[in-house]
Amino acid sequence: MTESMLGLVDVEVRYGNIRALKGISFEVGAGEIVALLGANGAGKTTTQKTISGMLRPSAGSITYEGSRIDGIPAHELIGLGICHVPEGRHVFPRMTVAENLEMGAFRFKRVDRTDLEHVLGLFPRLQERYRQVAGTLSGGEQQMLAIGRALMGKPRLLLLDEPSMGLAPLVVQQIFDIVRQINTAGVTVLLVEQNAAQALALANRGYVLETGEIVLTGTGPDLLADDRVRAAYLGEEIAS
Amino acid sequence: MTQFFDYLILGLTRGSMYALIALGYTLVYGVLQLINFAHSEVFMSGAFGSYIIVHLMVGKGPGTATWEVPFVFIVGVLSGAITAAIIAWLLERVAYRPLRRRGAPKLAFLISAIGASFFLSTLASKLFNSQTSNQFPAFFRNTVLFSIDGAHVRSLELIIIVSALGMMFFLDRLVNTTKLGRSIRAVSEDAPTAALMGINIDKTISRTFVIGGLLGGAAGFLFGLNYDFGFNMGFVPGVKAFAAAVLGGIGNIRGAMLGGLLLGVVENLVNLVPGFNTAWTDVVAFLVLVLVLMFRPTGLLGERLGRAA
Ligand SMILES: Nc1ncnc2c1ncn2[C@@H]1O[C@H](COP(=O)(O)OP(=O)(O)OP(=O)(O)O)[C@@H](O)[C@H]1O
Ligand SMILES: [Mg+2]
Repeated sequence: MTESMLGLVDVEVRYGNIRALKGISFEVGAGEIVALLGANGAGKTTTQKTISGMLRPSAGSITYEGSRIDGIPAHELIGLGICHVPEGRHVFPRMTVAENLEMGAFRFKRVDRTDLEHVLGLFPRLQERYRQVAGTLSGGEQQMLAIGRALMGKPRLLLLDEPSMGLAPLVVQQIFDIVRQINTAGVTVLLVEQNAAQALALANRGYVLETGEIVLTGTGPDLLADDRVRAAYLGEEIAS
Repeated sequence: MTQFFDYLILGLTRGSMYALIALGYTLVYGVLQLINFAHSEVFMSGAFGSYIIVHLMVGKGPGTATWEVPFVFIVGVLSGAITAAIIAWLLERVAYRPLRRRGAPKLAFLISAIGASFFLSTLASKLFNSQTSNQFPAFFRNTVLFSIDGAHVRSLELIIIVSALGMMFFLDRLVNTTKLGRSIRAVSEDAPTAALMGINIDKTISRTFVIGGLLGGAAGFLFGLNYDFGFNMGFVPGVKAFAAAVLGGIGNIRGAMLGGLLLGVVENLVNLVPGFNTAWTDVVAFLVLVLVLMFRPTGLLGERLGRAA
Protein backbone atom coordinates (compact mmCIF):
# COMPACT_ATOMS: atom_id res chain seq x y z
CA MET A 1 0.00 0.00 0.00
CA THR A 2 1.20 3.48 -0.89
CA GLU A 3 0.65 6.58 1.16
CA SER A 4 -2.78 6.57 2.82
CA MET A 5 -5.43 8.76 1.21
CA LEU A 6 -8.43 7.90 3.35
CA GLY A 7 -8.48 6.47 6.83
CA LEU A 8 -11.39 5.53 9.07
CA VAL A 9 -10.76 4.86 12.76
CA ASP A 10 -13.46 3.30 14.96
CA VAL A 11 -16.25 4.92 12.97
CA GLU A 12 -19.67 4.37 14.43
CA VAL A 13 -22.89 5.44 12.69
CA ARG A 14 -26.38 5.25 14.11
CA TYR A 15 -29.85 5.52 12.61
CA GLY A 16 -31.76 6.44 15.76
CA ASN A 17 -31.13 3.51 18.07
CA ILE A 18 -29.80 1.21 15.37
CA ARG A 19 -26.01 1.00 15.23
CA ALA A 20 -25.41 0.47 11.53
CA LEU A 21 -21.62 0.74 11.83
CA LYS A 22 -20.13 -0.57 15.07
CA GLY A 23 -16.75 1.13 15.02
CA ILE A 24 -15.05 0.21 11.76
CA SER A 25 -11.47 1.06 10.81
CA PHE A 26 -9.86 0.76 7.39
CA GLU A 27 -7.62 2.58 4.98
CA VAL A 28 -7.49 3.35 1.29
CA GLY A 29 -4.10 4.17 -0.23
CA ALA A 30 -3.60 6.81 -2.88
CA GLY A 31 -4.10 5.30 -6.33
CA GLU A 32 -5.68 2.07 -5.08
CA ILE A 33 -8.93 0.36 -5.94
CA VAL A 34 -10.37 -1.00 -2.71
CA ALA A 35 -13.46 -3.21 -2.69
CA LEU A 36 -15.98 -3.17 0.13
CA LEU A 37 -18.00 -6.37 0.21
CA GLY A 38 -20.79 -7.65 2.37
CA ALA A 39 -24.30 -9.06 2.44
CA ASN A 40 -27.43 -6.91 2.19
CA GLY A 41 -27.71 -4.64 5.19
CA ALA A 42 -24.07 -5.09 6.21
CA GLY A 43 -23.46 -1.32 6.17
CA LYS A 44 -21.67 -0.74 2.85
CA THR A 45 -23.88 2.13 1.71
CA THR A 46 -23.80 3.61 5.19
CA THR A 47 -19.99 3.57 5.10
CA GLN A 48 -19.86 5.42 1.77
CA LYS A 49 -22.49 7.95 2.81
CA THR A 50 -20.49 8.68 5.94
CA ILE A 51 -17.31 9.27 3.93
CA SER A 52 -19.06 11.63 1.49
CA GLY A 53 -20.66 13.60 4.33
CA MET A 54 -24.27 12.54 3.79
CA LEU A 55 -24.21 10.99 7.27
CA ARG A 56 -22.31 12.04 10.38
CA PRO A 57 -20.52 9.45 12.47
CA SER A 58 -21.54 9.34 16.14
CA ALA A 59 -18.00 8.30 17.11
CA GLY A 60 -14.60 7.78 15.53
CA SER A 61 -12.66 9.81 12.98
CA ILE A 62 -12.24 10.05 9.22
CA THR A 63 -9.02 11.41 7.77
CA TYR A 64 -8.61 12.39 4.14
CA GLU A 65 -5.29 13.53 2.67
CA GLY A 66 -4.00 14.22 6.15
CA SER A 67 -6.89 16.17 7.68
CA ARG A 68 -10.03 15.30 9.62
CA ILE A 69 -13.17 15.45 7.47
CA ASP A 70 -15.85 13.92 9.68
CA GLY A 71 -18.55 16.48 10.36
CA ILE A 72 -17.90 18.41 7.13
CA PRO A 73 -21.17 18.53 5.14
CA ALA A 74 -21.40 16.80 1.75
CA HIS A 75 -21.56 19.97 -0.33
CA GLU A 76 -18.16 21.04 1.02
CA LEU A 77 -16.49 17.64 0.75
CA ILE A 78 -16.86 17.53 -3.03
CA GLY A 79 -14.61 20.57 -3.04
CA LEU A 80 -11.86 18.29 -1.69
CA GLY A 81 -12.25 15.91 -4.61
CA ILE A 82 -14.49 13.27 -2.99
CA CYS A 83 -17.14 12.29 -5.56
CA HIS A 84 -19.85 9.81 -4.66
CA VAL A 85 -21.93 7.82 -7.16
CA PRO A 86 -24.80 6.86 -4.87
CA GLU A 87 -26.60 3.55 -4.76
CA GLY A 88 -29.49 3.57 -7.21
CA ARG A 89 -27.87 6.09 -9.58
CA HIS A 90 -29.88 9.16 -8.59
CA VAL A 91 -29.59 11.07 -11.84
CA PHE A 92 -31.74 14.22 -11.96
CA PRO A 93 -34.73 12.78 -13.82
CA ARG A 94 -36.17 15.94 -15.39
CA MET A 95 -32.82 17.32 -16.51
CA THR A 96 -31.20 16.32 -19.78
CA VAL A 97 -28.05 14.24 -20.02
CA ALA A 98 -26.17 17.45 -20.79
CA GLU A 99 -27.59 19.23 -17.74
CA ASN A 100 -26.82 16.25 -15.49
CA LEU A 101 -23.21 16.30 -16.61
CA GLU A 102 -23.07 20.05 -15.98
CA MET A 103 -24.45 19.43 -12.48
CA GLY A 104 -21.44 17.22 -11.84
CA ALA A 105 -19.21 20.21 -12.52
CA PHE A 106 -21.36 22.54 -10.39
CA ARG A 107 -18.52 23.30 -8.02
CA PHE A 108 -16.50 24.89 -10.81
CA LYS A 109 -17.18 28.27 -12.39
CA ARG A 110 -17.55 26.69 -15.79
CA VAL A 111 -17.67 23.25 -17.35
CA ASP A 112 -14.26 21.94 -18.40
CA ARG A 113 -14.59 21.00 -22.11
CA THR A 114 -11.81 18.41 -21.92
CA ASP A 115 -13.55 16.66 -19.00
CA LEU A 116 -16.79 16.65 -20.97
CA GLU A 117 -15.12 15.20 -24.05
CA HIS A 118 -13.35 12.64 -21.88
CA VAL A 119 -16.65 11.49 -20.32
CA LEU A 120 -18.45 11.37 -23.66
CA GLY A 121 -15.51 9.39 -25.02
CA LEU A 122 -15.81 6.86 -22.18
CA PHE A 123 -19.58 6.62 -22.67
CA PRO A 124 -20.46 7.21 -26.34
CA ARG A 125 -24.04 6.29 -25.46
CA LEU A 126 -24.34 9.51 -23.48
CA GLN A 127 -23.28 11.46 -26.55
CA GLU A 128 -26.13 9.87 -28.52
CA ARG A 129 -28.62 10.75 -25.79
CA TYR A 130 -27.16 14.16 -25.04
CA ARG A 131 -30.45 16.13 -25.19
CA GLN A 132 -32.65 13.37 -23.77
CA VAL A 133 -34.24 13.76 -20.35
CA ALA A 134 -32.39 11.51 -17.88
CA GLY A 135 -35.53 9.98 -16.38
CA THR A 136 -36.22 8.27 -19.71
CA LEU A 137 -32.79 6.63 -20.02
CA SER A 138 -32.43 2.88 -19.49
CA GLY A 139 -30.99 1.68 -16.19
CA GLY A 140 -27.56 1.04 -17.70
CA GLU A 141 -27.51 4.43 -19.40
CA GLN A 142 -28.46 6.08 -16.12
CA GLN A 143 -25.57 4.30 -14.41
CA MET A 144 -23.17 5.56 -17.09
CA LEU A 145 -24.58 9.05 -16.60
CA ALA A 146 -24.18 8.83 -12.82
CA ILE A 147 -20.53 7.81 -13.20
CA GLY A 148 -19.93 10.41 -15.92
CA ARG A 149 -21.49 13.09 -13.74
CA ALA A 150 -19.14 12.20 -10.86
CA LEU A 151 -16.14 12.37 -13.21
CA MET A 152 -17.16 15.92 -14.19
CA GLY A 153 -16.37 16.89 -10.58
CA LYS A 154 -12.67 15.96 -11.08
CA PRO A 155 -12.59 13.31 -8.33
CA ARG A 156 -9.43 12.35 -6.51
CA LEU A 157 -11.40 9.78 -4.50
CA LEU A 158 -14.33 8.13 -6.26
CA LEU A 159 -16.94 6.28 -4.20
CA LEU A 160 -18.93 3.82 -6.31
CA ASP A 161 -21.95 2.13 -4.72
CA GLU A 162 -22.96 -0.98 -6.67
CA PRO A 163 -22.30 0.36 -10.17
CA SER A 164 -23.25 -3.02 -11.64
CA MET A 165 -26.67 -3.26 -10.01
CA GLY A 166 -29.33 -4.42 -12.44
CA LEU A 167 -27.08 -4.39 -15.50
CA ALA A 168 -26.52 -7.02 -18.18
CA PRO A 169 -23.20 -8.94 -17.86
CA LEU A 170 -21.76 -7.28 -20.93
CA VAL A 171 -22.52 -3.81 -19.57
CA VAL A 172 -21.12 -4.78 -16.17
CA GLN A 173 -17.86 -5.75 -17.85
CA GLN A 174 -17.84 -2.39 -19.67
CA ILE A 175 -18.39 -0.49 -16.46
CA PHE A 176 -15.62 -2.41 -14.68
CA ASP A 177 -13.24 -1.74 -17.58
CA ILE A 178 -14.03 1.95 -17.31
CA VAL A 179 -13.45 1.90 -13.55
CA ARG A 180 -10.02 0.46 -14.26
CA GLN A 181 -9.35 3.20 -16.83
CA ILE A 182 -10.42 5.89 -14.39
CA ASN A 183 -8.11 4.42 -11.78
CA THR A 184 -5.19 4.22 -14.22
CA ALA A 185 -5.73 7.93 -14.86
CA GLY A 186 -4.91 8.50 -11.16
CA VAL A 187 -8.25 8.36 -9.36
CA THR A 188 -8.46 6.36 -6.13
CA VAL A 189 -11.57 4.17 -6.01
CA LEU A 190 -13.61 2.72 -3.14
CA LEU A 191 -15.93 0.22 -4.75
CA VAL A 192 -18.99 -1.35 -3.13
CA GLU A 193 -20.17 -4.45 -4.97
CA GLN A 194 -22.39 -7.50 -4.67
CA ASN A 195 -20.49 -8.93 -7.56
CA ALA A 196 -17.58 -10.15 -5.41
CA ALA A 197 -15.61 -12.13 -7.98
CA GLN A 198 -15.42 -9.31 -10.48
CA ALA A 199 -14.85 -6.66 -7.83
CA LEU A 200 -11.96 -8.57 -6.27
CA ALA A 201 -10.44 -9.26 -9.66
CA LEU A 202 -10.36 -5.52 -10.23
CA ALA A 203 -9.40 -4.35 -6.74
CA ASN A 204 -5.96 -4.20 -5.13
CA ARG A 205 -7.46 -5.05 -1.77
CA GLY A 206 -10.80 -5.70 -0.17
CA TYR A 207 -12.65 -5.52 3.13
CA VAL A 208 -15.62 -7.64 4.10
CA LEU A 209 -18.32 -6.08 6.26
CA GLU A 210 -20.78 -8.08 8.32
CA THR A 211 -23.56 -6.37 10.30
CA GLY A 212 -21.58 -3.21 10.79
CA GLU A 213 -18.18 -4.74 11.49
CA ILE A 214 -15.16 -5.55 9.33
CA VAL A 215 -14.58 -9.27 9.59
CA LEU A 216 -12.03 -9.92 6.85
CA THR A 217 -9.43 -8.07 4.88
CA GLY A 218 -6.79 -8.97 2.33
CA THR A 219 -5.64 -8.60 -1.24
CA GLY A 220 -8.06 -9.46 -4.02
CA PRO A 221 -6.58 -12.93 -4.72
CA ASP A 222 -6.37 -13.74 -0.98
CA LEU A 223 -10.01 -12.95 -0.40
CA LEU A 224 -11.03 -14.80 -3.55
CA ALA A 225 -9.27 -17.87 -2.17
CA ASP A 226 -10.81 -17.51 1.29
CA ASP A 227 -13.40 -20.20 2.05
CA ARG A 228 -15.67 -17.85 3.95
CA VAL A 229 -15.76 -15.42 1.04
CA ARG A 230 -16.36 -18.22 -1.42
CA ALA A 231 -19.22 -19.56 0.66
CA ALA A 232 -20.87 -16.27 1.39
CA TYR A 233 -20.43 -14.33 -1.83
CA LEU A 234 -19.64 -16.76 -4.60
CA GLY A 235 -22.29 -19.24 -3.62
CA GLU A 236 -19.90 -22.20 -3.51
CA GLU A 237 -20.41 -25.25 -1.36
CA ILE A 238 -17.55 -25.76 1.03
CA ALA A 239 -16.77 -29.31 1.98
CA SER A 240 -16.17 -29.33 5.72
CA MET B 1 -68.07 41.90 -27.51
CA THR B 2 -67.32 45.04 -25.53
CA GLN B 3 -68.22 43.16 -22.39
CA PHE B 4 -66.08 40.22 -23.41
CA PHE B 5 -62.98 42.39 -23.73
CA ASP B 6 -63.81 44.24 -20.51
CA TYR B 7 -63.90 40.99 -18.60
CA LEU B 8 -60.89 39.60 -20.41
CA ILE B 9 -58.79 42.62 -19.42
CA LEU B 10 -60.06 42.39 -15.85
CA GLY B 11 -59.33 38.67 -15.83
CA LEU B 12 -55.79 39.12 -17.12
CA THR B 13 -55.14 41.83 -14.54
CA ARG B 14 -56.25 39.65 -11.66
CA GLY B 15 -54.78 36.56 -13.22
CA SER B 16 -51.32 38.06 -13.55
CA MET B 17 -51.37 38.87 -9.84
CA TYR B 18 -52.51 35.33 -9.02
CA ALA B 19 -49.69 34.01 -11.19
CA LEU B 20 -47.04 36.06 -9.38
CA ILE B 21 -48.29 34.83 -6.00
CA ALA B 22 -48.74 31.25 -7.25
CA LEU B 23 -45.06 31.14 -8.22
CA GLY B 24 -44.15 31.58 -4.57
CA TYR B 25 -46.24 28.57 -3.57
CA THR B 26 -44.92 26.41 -6.35
CA LEU B 27 -41.22 27.31 -5.94
CA VAL B 28 -41.27 26.53 -2.23
CA TYR B 29 -43.25 23.37 -2.82
CA GLY B 30 -40.56 22.31 -5.28
CA VAL B 31 -37.68 22.50 -2.83
CA LEU B 32 -39.49 21.49 0.37
CA GLN B 33 -42.63 19.55 -0.70
CA LEU B 34 -44.41 21.92 1.61
CA ILE B 35 -47.31 24.33 1.09
CA ASN B 36 -46.19 27.60 2.60
CA PHE B 37 -49.58 28.73 3.87
CA ALA B 38 -48.06 31.93 5.22
CA HIS B 39 -47.26 33.07 1.67
CA SER B 40 -50.52 35.07 1.53
CA GLU B 41 -49.08 37.22 4.34
CA VAL B 42 -45.81 37.59 2.45
CA PHE B 43 -47.90 39.09 -0.34
CA MET B 44 -49.70 41.36 2.14
CA SER B 45 -46.41 42.58 3.59
CA GLY B 46 -45.38 43.65 0.09
CA ALA B 47 -48.41 45.91 -0.19
CA PHE B 48 -47.68 47.56 3.17
CA GLY B 49 -43.95 47.86 2.57
CA SER B 50 -44.44 49.60 -0.76
CA TYR B 51 -47.24 51.74 0.67
CA ILE B 52 -44.93 53.16 3.32
CA ILE B 53 -42.18 53.97 0.86
CA VAL B 54 -44.46 55.39 -1.82
CA HIS B 55 -46.28 57.47 0.81
CA LEU B 56 -42.95 58.87 1.99
CA MET B 57 -42.13 59.83 -1.58
CA VAL B 58 -45.35 61.41 -2.80
CA GLY B 59 -47.58 61.92 0.24
CA LYS B 60 -51.21 61.56 -0.77
CA GLY B 61 -50.24 61.61 -4.39
CA PRO B 62 -51.62 64.64 -6.20
CA GLY B 63 -48.90 66.91 -7.46
CA THR B 64 -46.70 64.07 -8.62
CA ALA B 65 -45.23 65.26 -11.91
CA THR B 66 -45.76 63.02 -14.92
CA TRP B 67 -42.05 62.43 -15.34
CA GLU B 68 -41.88 61.18 -11.74
CA VAL B 69 -44.58 58.56 -12.18
CA PRO B 70 -42.46 55.76 -13.75
CA PHE B 71 -39.83 56.39 -11.10
CA VAL B 72 -42.37 56.12 -8.26
CA PHE B 73 -43.78 52.98 -9.87
CA ILE B 74 -40.40 51.27 -10.03
CA VAL B 75 -39.58 52.23 -6.45
CA GLY B 76 -43.01 50.88 -5.45
CA VAL B 77 -42.41 47.51 -7.11
CA LEU B 78 -38.95 47.22 -5.61
CA SER B 79 -39.94 48.24 -2.09
CA GLY B 80 -42.87 45.79 -2.12
CA ALA B 81 -40.66 43.03 -3.47
CA ILE B 82 -37.85 43.66 -0.99
CA THR B 83 -40.14 43.93 2.06
CA ALA B 84 -41.83 40.66 1.17
CA ALA B 85 -38.51 38.96 0.41
CA ILE B 86 -37.23 39.87 3.87
CA ILE B 87 -40.42 38.55 5.46
CA ALA B 88 -40.21 35.34 3.41
CA TRP B 89 -36.56 34.87 4.35
CA LEU B 90 -37.35 35.37 8.05
CA LEU B 91 -40.33 33.04 7.77
CA GLU B 92 -38.14 30.22 6.51
CA ARG B 93 -35.55 30.87 9.21
CA VAL B 94 -37.99 31.09 12.10
CA ALA B 95 -40.95 28.89 11.17
CA TYR B 96 -39.48 26.13 9.00
CA ARG B 97 -35.74 25.67 9.34
CA PRO B 98 -35.78 24.68 13.03
CA LEU B 99 -38.39 22.02 12.23
CA ARG B 100 -36.34 20.77 9.29
CA ARG B 101 -33.27 20.45 11.52
CA ARG B 102 -35.20 18.21 13.88
CA GLY B 103 -36.79 16.14 11.13
CA ALA B 104 -40.29 17.14 12.24
CA PRO B 105 -43.32 15.51 10.58
CA LYS B 106 -45.19 17.34 7.77
CA LEU B 107 -48.07 18.24 10.07
CA ALA B 108 -45.76 20.30 12.28
CA PHE B 109 -44.81 22.43 9.27
CA LEU B 110 -48.47 23.03 8.49
CA ILE B 111 -49.24 24.16 12.04
CA SER B 112 -46.16 26.37 12.01
CA ALA B 113 -47.28 27.92 8.71
CA ILE B 114 -50.75 28.69 10.04
CA GLY B 115 -49.25 30.17 13.21
CA ALA B 116 -46.89 32.38 11.21
CA SER B 117 -49.78 33.47 9.01
CA PHE B 118 -51.87 34.56 12.00
CA PHE B 119 -48.90 36.28 13.55
CA LEU B 120 -48.13 38.33 10.45
CA SER B 121 -51.70 39.41 9.74
CA THR B 122 -52.30 40.31 13.39
CA LEU B 123 -49.06 42.26 13.46
CA ALA B 124 -50.11 44.20 10.36
CA SER B 125 -53.51 44.88 11.88
CA LYS B 126 -51.89 46.27 15.06
CA LEU B 127 -49.37 48.37 13.15
CA PHE B 128 -51.92 49.80 10.74
CA ASN B 129 -54.93 50.41 12.98
CA SER B 130 -56.95 47.45 11.77
CA GLN B 131 -57.94 49.38 8.65
CA THR B 132 -59.12 47.09 5.91
CA SER B 133 -59.57 49.80 3.31
CA ASN B 134 -56.28 51.60 3.03
CA GLN B 135 -55.67 53.33 -0.25
CA PHE B 136 -52.48 53.93 -2.10
CA PRO B 137 -51.42 57.47 -2.84
CA ALA B 138 -53.05 58.45 -6.12
CA PHE B 139 -49.79 59.32 -7.79
CA PHE B 140 -51.05 58.97 -11.33
CA ARG B 141 -54.28 59.30 -13.29
CA ASN B 142 -55.57 56.02 -14.57
CA THR B 143 -56.26 57.18 -18.11
CA VAL B 144 -57.79 55.27 -21.00
CA LEU B 145 -54.98 54.42 -23.38
CA PHE B 146 -56.95 52.83 -26.20
CA SER B 147 -60.09 50.85 -26.84
CA ILE B 148 -60.65 47.39 -28.27
CA ASP B 149 -64.11 47.09 -29.73
CA GLY B 150 -65.44 49.64 -27.26
CA ALA B 151 -63.69 48.13 -24.25
CA HIS B 152 -61.30 50.54 -22.58
CA VAL B 153 -57.75 49.56 -21.84
CA ARG B 154 -56.49 51.72 -19.01
CA SER B 155 -52.90 52.53 -18.20
CA LEU B 156 -52.99 50.85 -14.79
CA GLU B 157 -54.29 47.55 -16.10
CA LEU B 158 -51.79 47.53 -18.93
CA ILE B 159 -48.91 48.32 -16.59
CA ILE B 160 -49.93 45.53 -14.22
CA ILE B 161 -50.23 42.94 -16.97
CA VAL B 162 -47.04 43.93 -18.76
CA SER B 163 -44.90 44.17 -15.64
CA ALA B 164 -46.22 40.86 -14.30
CA LEU B 165 -45.49 39.12 -17.60
CA GLY B 166 -42.04 40.68 -17.62
CA MET B 167 -41.29 39.33 -14.15
CA MET B 168 -42.52 35.88 -15.12
CA PHE B 169 -40.32 35.86 -18.21
CA PHE B 170 -37.38 36.92 -16.08
CA LEU B 171 -38.04 34.14 -13.55
CA ASP B 172 -38.36 31.56 -16.30
CA ARG B 173 -34.93 32.54 -17.66
CA LEU B 174 -33.47 32.59 -14.17
CA VAL B 175 -34.65 29.07 -13.41
CA ASN B 176 -33.70 27.58 -16.76
CA THR B 177 -30.42 29.24 -17.62
CA THR B 178 -28.58 30.34 -14.49
CA LYS B 179 -26.59 28.40 -11.94
CA LEU B 180 -28.92 29.62 -9.20
CA GLY B 181 -31.87 28.29 -11.18
CA ARG B 182 -30.17 24.99 -11.76
CA SER B 183 -29.43 24.60 -8.06
CA ILE B 184 -33.11 25.22 -7.27
CA ARG B 185 -34.14 22.60 -9.81
CA ALA B 186 -31.58 20.11 -8.52
CA VAL B 187 -32.76 20.50 -4.91
CA SER B 188 -36.37 20.13 -6.12
CA GLU B 189 -35.60 16.92 -7.97
CA ASP B 190 -33.28 15.20 -5.49
CA ALA B 191 -31.94 17.18 -2.55
CA PRO B 192 -29.41 14.69 -1.10
CA THR B 193 -27.85 14.18 -4.54
CA ALA B 194 -27.80 17.94 -5.13
CA ALA B 195 -25.67 18.20 -1.98
CA LEU B 196 -23.25 15.65 -3.46
CA MET B 197 -22.81 18.02 -6.42
CA GLY B 198 -21.68 20.76 -4.05
CA ILE B 199 -25.00 22.55 -3.63
CA ASN B 200 -25.72 24.01 -0.20
CA ILE B 201 -29.31 22.91 0.39
CA ASP B 202 -30.05 25.39 3.19
CA LYS B 203 -28.83 28.31 1.11
CA THR B 204 -30.81 27.18 -1.89
CA ILE B 205 -33.99 26.90 0.17
CA SER B 206 -33.43 30.39 1.59
CA ARG B 207 -32.92 31.80 -1.90
CA THR B 208 -36.07 30.10 -3.12
CA PHE B 209 -38.10 31.76 -0.36
CA VAL B 210 -36.52 35.09 -1.26
CA ILE B 211 -37.41 34.74 -4.95
CA GLY B 212 -40.98 33.74 -4.08
CA GLY B 213 -41.12 36.73 -1.73
CA LEU B 214 -39.85 39.14 -4.38
CA LEU B 215 -42.58 38.08 -6.80
CA GLY B 216 -45.33 38.01 -4.15
CA GLY B 217 -44.31 41.42 -2.82
CA ALA B 218 -44.35 42.93 -6.30
CA ALA B 219 -47.85 41.50 -6.68
CA GLY B 220 -48.77 43.11 -3.35
CA PHE B 221 -47.79 46.51 -4.72
CA LEU B 222 -49.71 45.96 -7.96
CA PHE B 223 -52.75 44.84 -5.98
CA GLY B 224 -52.54 47.90 -3.73
CA LEU B 225 -52.54 50.21 -6.75
CA ASN B 226 -55.74 48.64 -7.97
CA TYR B 227 -57.77 47.85 -4.84
CA ASP B 228 -58.25 48.86 -1.24
CA PHE B 229 -55.95 46.87 0.94
CA GLY B 230 -55.56 45.92 4.59
CA PHE B 231 -54.13 43.35 6.98
CA ASN B 232 -56.62 40.74 5.79
CA MET B 233 -56.01 41.29 2.07
CA GLY B 234 -53.84 38.20 1.70
CA PHE B 235 -56.47 35.58 2.32
CA VAL B 236 -58.60 35.55 -0.83
CA PRO B 237 -55.83 36.18 -3.40
CA GLY B 238 -53.65 33.73 -1.45
CA VAL B 239 -56.20 30.95 -1.64
CA LYS B 240 -56.86 31.70 -5.33
CA ALA B 241 -53.15 31.71 -6.11
CA PHE B 242 -52.70 28.43 -4.26
CA ALA B 243 -55.56 27.02 -6.33
CA ALA B 244 -53.84 28.38 -9.45
CA ALA B 245 -50.59 26.65 -8.51
CA VAL B 246 -52.43 23.36 -8.06
CA LEU B 247 -54.35 23.94 -11.29
CA GLY B 248 -51.11 24.37 -13.22
CA GLY B 249 -49.43 21.45 -11.44
CA ILE B 250 -47.86 22.22 -8.05
CA GLY B 251 -44.08 22.42 -8.31
CA ASN B 252 -44.24 23.35 -11.99
CA ILE B 253 -43.18 26.92 -12.62
CA ARG B 254 -44.78 27.49 -16.01
CA GLY B 255 -47.83 25.70 -14.65
CA ALA B 256 -48.21 28.32 -11.92
CA MET B 257 -48.07 31.10 -14.50
CA LEU B 258 -50.61 29.42 -16.74
CA GLY B 259 -52.85 28.45 -13.83
CA GLY B 260 -52.89 31.99 -12.45
CA LEU B 261 -53.75 33.66 -15.74
CA LEU B 262 -56.33 31.03 -16.59
CA LEU B 263 -58.05 31.22 -13.23
CA GLY B 264 -58.24 35.02 -13.41
CA VAL B 265 -59.68 34.98 -16.92
CA VAL B 266 -62.19 32.19 -16.36
CA GLU B 267 -63.56 33.55 -13.10
CA ASN B 268 -64.25 36.88 -14.78
CA LEU B 269 -65.45 35.70 -18.18
CA VAL B 270 -68.11 33.68 -16.42
CA ASN B 271 -69.95 36.95 -15.90
CA LEU B 272 -70.89 36.79 -19.58
CA VAL B 273 -72.93 33.65 -19.04
CA PRO B 274 -76.59 34.59 -18.51
CA GLY B 275 -77.61 34.06 -14.91
CA PHE B 276 -74.09 34.54 -13.53
CA ASN B 277 -72.73 37.70 -11.94
CA THR B 278 -69.71 38.72 -9.89
CA ALA B 279 -71.11 36.89 -6.85
CA TRP B 280 -70.18 33.69 -8.65
CA THR B 281 -66.55 34.62 -9.23
CA ASP B 282 -65.09 32.70 -6.31
CA VAL B 283 -67.37 29.71 -6.76
CA VAL B 284 -66.35 29.38 -10.39
CA ALA B 285 -62.66 29.61 -9.58
CA PHE B 286 -62.86 26.53 -7.40
CA LEU B 287 -65.27 24.73 -9.68
CA VAL B 288 -62.65 25.02 -12.43
CA LEU B 289 -60.03 23.66 -10.06
CA VAL B 290 -62.13 20.65 -9.10
CA LEU B 291 -63.04 19.89 -12.70
CA VAL B 292 -59.46 20.06 -13.95
CA LEU B 293 -58.20 17.89 -11.11
CA MET B 294 -60.87 15.29 -11.84
CA PHE B 295 -59.43 14.78 -15.30
CA ARG B 296 -55.79 15.66 -14.63
CA PRO B 297 -55.04 14.96 -10.97
CA THR B 298 -51.53 16.36 -11.29
CA GLY B 299 -52.67 19.67 -12.79
CA LEU B 300 -52.37 21.06 -16.29
CA LEU B 301 -48.59 20.93 -16.64
CA GLY B 302 -47.84 18.69 -13.65
CA GLU B 303 -45.91 15.46 -13.79
CA ARG B 304 -47.95 12.44 -14.68
CA LEU B 305 -48.21 10.04 -11.80
CA GLY B 306 -45.94 7.05 -11.96
CA ARG B 307 -43.08 8.70 -13.81
CA ALA B 308 -39.68 7.04 -13.56
CA ALA B 309 -37.92 8.17 -10.41
N1 LIG C 1 -32.35 5.57 6.84
C1 LIG C 1 -32.24 4.48 7.62
N2 LIG C 1 -32.94 4.38 8.77
C2 LIG C 1 -32.82 3.29 9.55
N3 LIG C 1 -32.03 2.26 9.29
C3 LIG C 1 -31.31 2.29 8.17
C4 LIG C 1 -31.37 3.41 7.26
N4 LIG C 1 -30.54 3.17 6.23
C5 LIG C 1 -29.99 1.96 6.47
N5 LIG C 1 -30.45 1.44 7.62
C6 LIG C 1 -30.06 0.14 8.21
O1 LIG C 1 -28.66 0.15 8.34
C7 LIG C 1 -28.13 -1.13 7.98
C8 LIG C 1 -27.06 -0.97 6.91
O2 LIG C 1 -27.66 -0.49 5.72
P1 LIG C 1 -26.86 -0.20 4.40
O3 LIG C 1 -27.78 0.47 3.44
O4 LIG C 1 -25.61 0.50 4.74
O5 LIG C 1 -26.54 -1.68 3.89
P2 LIG C 1 -25.79 -2.17 2.59
O6 LIG C 1 -24.61 -2.94 3.03
O7 LIG C 1 -25.54 -1.04 1.66
O8 LIG C 1 -26.87 -3.16 1.97
P3 LIG C 1 -27.28 -3.46 0.44
O9 LIG C 1 -26.31 -4.45 -0.09
O10 LIG C 1 -28.63 -4.08 0.56
O11 LIG C 1 -27.27 -2.18 -0.29
C9 LIG C 1 -29.32 -1.97 7.53
O12 LIG C 1 -29.67 -2.81 8.59
C10 LIG C 1 -30.41 -0.97 7.27
O13 LIG C 1 -31.66 -1.51 7.57
MG1 LIG D 1 -26.22 -0.55 -0.16
